[in-house]
Formats: sequence, structure tokens, C-alpha cells
Amino acid sequence: MIAAGLSNLGVLAQIAEFTPLDTPEVQWAALLPLLILAGGGVVLLTVSSLVKAMAAPGVNAAATVLVGLASIIACVPVWQRVQDPERGPFTAVGGVIGIDGFSILATGLIAASVILAALLLDDYLRREDIDGVEMYALLLLSASGGVIMASANDLIVMFLGLEALSIAIYVMAAMHRRRIESQEAGFKYFIVGAFSSAFFLYGIAMVYGATGSTNLVEIATFLANNLLLRNGVLMLGMALLLVGFGFKVSAVPFQGWTPDVYQGAPTPVTAFMASAVKVAAFAGLIRVFYLALGTYSLDWKPAIYALAVLSMIIGATFAVVQTDVKRMMAYSSISHAGFVLVAVQAGTEKGVTAAIFYLTSYVFMVAGSFGVISLVGRRGDAAHSLDDYRGLSRSRPGLALAFTVFLLAQAGVPLTSGFVAKFNVIAAAVDARSFWLALIAMLASVIAAVLYLKIIVAMYLTGDDAEADDSVAGPKVSIPLPAAAAIGIAIVATLAIGVLPGYLFEVAGDAVPVLIALP
Amino acid sequence: MEVTGTWYLVLAAMLFTIGAVGLLIRRNPLVMFMCVELMLNAVNLTFVTFARMLDDVGGQSVVFFVLVIAAVEVVVGLAIIVAIMRRRPGATADDIALLKG
Repeated sequence: MIAAGLSNLGVLAQIAEFTPLDTPEVQWAALLPLLILAGGGVVLLTVSSLVKAMAAPGVNAAATVLVGLASIIACVPVWQRVQDPERGPFTAVGGVIGIDGFSILATGLIAASVILAALLLDDYLRREDIDGVEMYALLLLSASGGVIMASANDLIVMFLGLEALSIAIYVMAAMHRRRIESQEAGFKYFIVGAFSSAFFLYGIAMVYGATGSTNLVEIATFLANNLLLRNGVLMLGMALLLVGFGFKVSAVPFQGWTPDVYQGAPTPVTAFMASAVKVAAFAGLIRVFYLALGTYSLDWKPAIYALAVLSMIIGATFAVVQTDVKRMMAYSSISHAGFVLVAVQAGTEKGVTAAIFYLTSYVFMVAGSFGVISLVGRRGDAAHSLDDYRGLSRSRPGLALAFTVFLLAQAGVPLTSGFVAKFNVIAAAVDARSFWLALIAMLASVIAAVLYLKIIVAMYLTGDDAEADDSVAGPKVSIPLPAAAAIGIAIVATLAIGVLPGYLFEVAGDAVPVLIALP
Repeated sequence: MEVTGTWYLVLAAMLFTIGAVGLLIRRNPLVMFMCVELMLNAVNLTFVTFARMLDDVGGQSVVFFVLVIAAVEVVVGLAIIVAIMRRRPGATADDIALLKG
């Protein structure tokens, strides 16, 4: 017995001598912003289900805002570490997550859109009788998916992030149980999203087949050192990846779902979709095409050129003929995607800086716009036609003024963030000698300006000048405090970036993504 | 006749195409859903084939991630479809078209 036991011990000792399984270094400190978002979502869901006091109005929203703030604060030391010239960008979790200025700025932007969306959701959910913790938990989990996507250094990790981001949003879009439009939006977004992620995944498979790796650094190194004589598989992979991204950023001709989903989804969710999803998708697009496939830029530039032209022109033109303000904003977001693509198409550091600048300004413009729309939509989330905005300047002058600022910013009027953003994009295009593209971008912003003026006119001019001044009383909109705070934050950001663009420009310049190999 | 990796790649491409075309032309939400699964599994086959051709285990491990994602998509997708079917029994994709313009 004892002898057998001793020999067992000997075997154990032998096993113990083997080197332990080689696990990659995780760098928990650098992942803190991401962990706060993901952990916050899970903890919020658990605690809120167990503790009765969490059901009090506003508690869940306040908790979500705090989690978002904590995530932004956690970004600061990581940013400082990355910008420190002695330390610089680094990788985490064995090289599949890249921590550089780009990923941290994207994290901050996504966390900011979580805060804005949570503030807008607070009153909305109670107004629609669907209050609960689910929406906030999904919001945080979806944001963590977006962060993973924006900081992925490996195509498969990017795919996982994309799915975590999207799957939570399918549910959020369909969350309004009594509005059939909301379920329809959820279904459409789900089918199109699954379709596009299948294309994205097939693209990853093709790139893997051509280069032998899914790691962005290894792909870039392989393509730089090897000349592919038959690069059909790689080209197919790039095309399929572009289709997948095209759906996610809603570039024409992959934009069909956007107006329907933006219109049908609960408006605060639309605000999140338009801001955070665009940031995450463009971050992924820039990482894959600018960094990993940079050596083949001559092949992908024409495709992005075409997508940019189509998105800008078709988005702006279709927006003008709409009568539903939510659909107008959906088409205008397609047009904005075209502008960011113009910056990406330049394929230079200047272009990427312009894209980052544009996305940062866009998050606040669009979240603010949808914030106003969600208030004007009132109970039932249905009053979204242009007629519902007539006379808003009389009943709610402050709200009308706020919407005017956001619309002027989207149109690119000086002293707002939109002007500097558009200017940078066009300058980057000219710098990359894409003169025609720059011209088309200017033309598209003129067409889009008509759209924004249409809404402003509806708010300020009631149409019938002959009749008495109070012929149109304007919609009776109540403005709850959290939503007002969200709109206020968005206005301050929009104007601050517009008046003092230098700071953001510096930050955007520091946030240009870099390839980081394993040390 | 030797069956090479290319055969599997072509088969996967065909399955992917069947899935994509099916999603576009079929109107039953459940069948559309199955088409998505077909597309994802066609990609899995591609990954495994490439992994074998490149003699690299990375491509095979990817399949596990994709399987998990596919399962998650099933859960969420079915939940949304059930929610719609409760309100409108027997709805096809053509009926789910309130939003347009």
C-alpha cells in the first residue's frame, strides 16, 4: 500500500517537474477600461436582480453612467503610459489585443456614448413602461464588445468583438415589446447583421488562407516580405472583409437596413447605434485596412473610393426626400460614413487623423441629435414626422436651439465641430491627391445642408405667415433632467471642438494606430 | 482521382453561396435563419481546410469560436422571431415590412 502510495508520489513529482502550461501575459491594468465596462454590465444585472432598492427610478441609469465614467477615467493612465515615449504602445493577452492611442481613444468614445445613451434611456424607459435593468446591462456589454473590436490585434478577436457588440444591439433594437416597428427593426438588423458577419468571417478565412495567420502583425509582416504571385485568395478576402465592414458602417450599397433599423429601434438605442457602433466599426476597418493590409493599399483604395462617393451622394440625396426625421438622420449618417471613408481612402497618417477627428465629433453630434428626437417623439416614440417639429421653437425654444446647433454641426457650419471635421477630411483627400473625391465631398455636404435646413425651417417657421403668430402652438414636449444633461454634454462638446479644435487635433494625431508585435 | 484541399474549398464556397442566395430569396424567417447557419458552417469548413493545407492548428481552433458565436446567434435570433410570431402568427419576411420610405 505504502509503496504504491510512494510510487504515486514519485509520479506526481515527475509531473510537477514539467514546465507549466505557457499562458500569455494578460496585462490586466491595461485592460481595465474594458473590464470595467464588461464587469459593470454583469454586476449591474446581478445586483439589480437581487436588490429591491435598485428598482427605484433612475438607479440603474445612474449606475450605468458611473460605470461609463469609471471606464473613461481608467483610460487616462493607460493613455499616459502609451504616450510616454519610453514605453509606447504594447500588446495584451498574448498579442491579440493592441493597446495604442487609437484603441484607448475609441474606448473613451464608446464609453462616452454609453453615458449619453444611459442618460437618454432613463426617462424613455419609464415613459414607455419598459423600465428595467436589461437595457442598461446590454448597453454595457455591447460597449465592451465595441472596445474589443476597436483594440483587436487579431482578426478572430475582432470578429468576437463585433459579434458581442452586434448581438446585444439586436436585442436592444427589439426591446420595445409593444411597438411592432421595434421588433421589426430588431429582426431586420439581426438578419442583415448575421449575413454581414458571415461575409466578414469568410473574408477572415480567405486572408488566413493567403497569409497563414489571423494576427494583424503577422499578416502585415508576411505581406511585406513575400510577393504573392497568385493573390486571388487574398483579393477575395479583402473584398469580403470590406463587404462586412461596409454593412456595419452602413456604406452604400450595403446601407439598405439603416433607415429601417434607425427608425424602428427605440430612439436612445438609435443614438447608441449611430455613435458607438460607427466608432467601433470604423476602428476595425482602419486597423485591418490601414495597418494589416497597408501594403496592398493600391488594391483596396479604389473600392473604398467608390464606397465613399456612393455613400456621400446617395445618403445626402435620399435624406432630402424623406419626411420622417429619424429616417432623415439615418440617411445623413450614411452620408457621414462616406466622409469618414474619404479620410480612410487617403491611406495616410493625415487621413487617419482626420477620420479619428471626424468620428469623435460625430459621436457627440449624432447622440445629441437623437437625444432631441427621442424627446420630441414623446410617449409612444412615434411623433417623428417633419410636421411634429413645426413650431418647436415656440413651445420649446431651448430644445429647438439645441437641435439647430447639432444640425448646423452636421452640415459643417464654422464654429461647430462638424466644420473642422469636414475640413480635415477634405484636406486629407487633397493631400493624397484625390482631387475629385474632395470635390464630390464638398458637393455632398452642400446637398446635405438642404436636409438640415429643412428641419431647422420646420422648427422655426411655422409655414403660415399670414395667420396669427400663435397659429401653431408647437408640440408639448417635456424635458427630463437626465436627457437635458445628455443634450447639454453633447452641445458643449460640439461647440468646444468647433471653437478650439487644436486640442482634439493633437489627441487625434497621437491616436493614429500602430502595429505592435509581441515583445 | 485524388481529393485535394481545393475540393473542400470549392465545396465550402458552394455551401456559402447556397446560404447567401437562400437568405435573399426565402421568406420564412426560420429558413432565413438556417441559411445564416449554413453560411457560418461553410466558413468553418474553409478554416479547417486552410488549417490542413497550411499545417497550422490556428485555423482549427477558430472553428470553436465560430461555433459558440453561431449558438449565441441562434438564441437571440430565435427569441426575436418568437416575439414577432406571438404578435403575428405565421408572419413571413414580406409581412415584416412596416418600415419603409
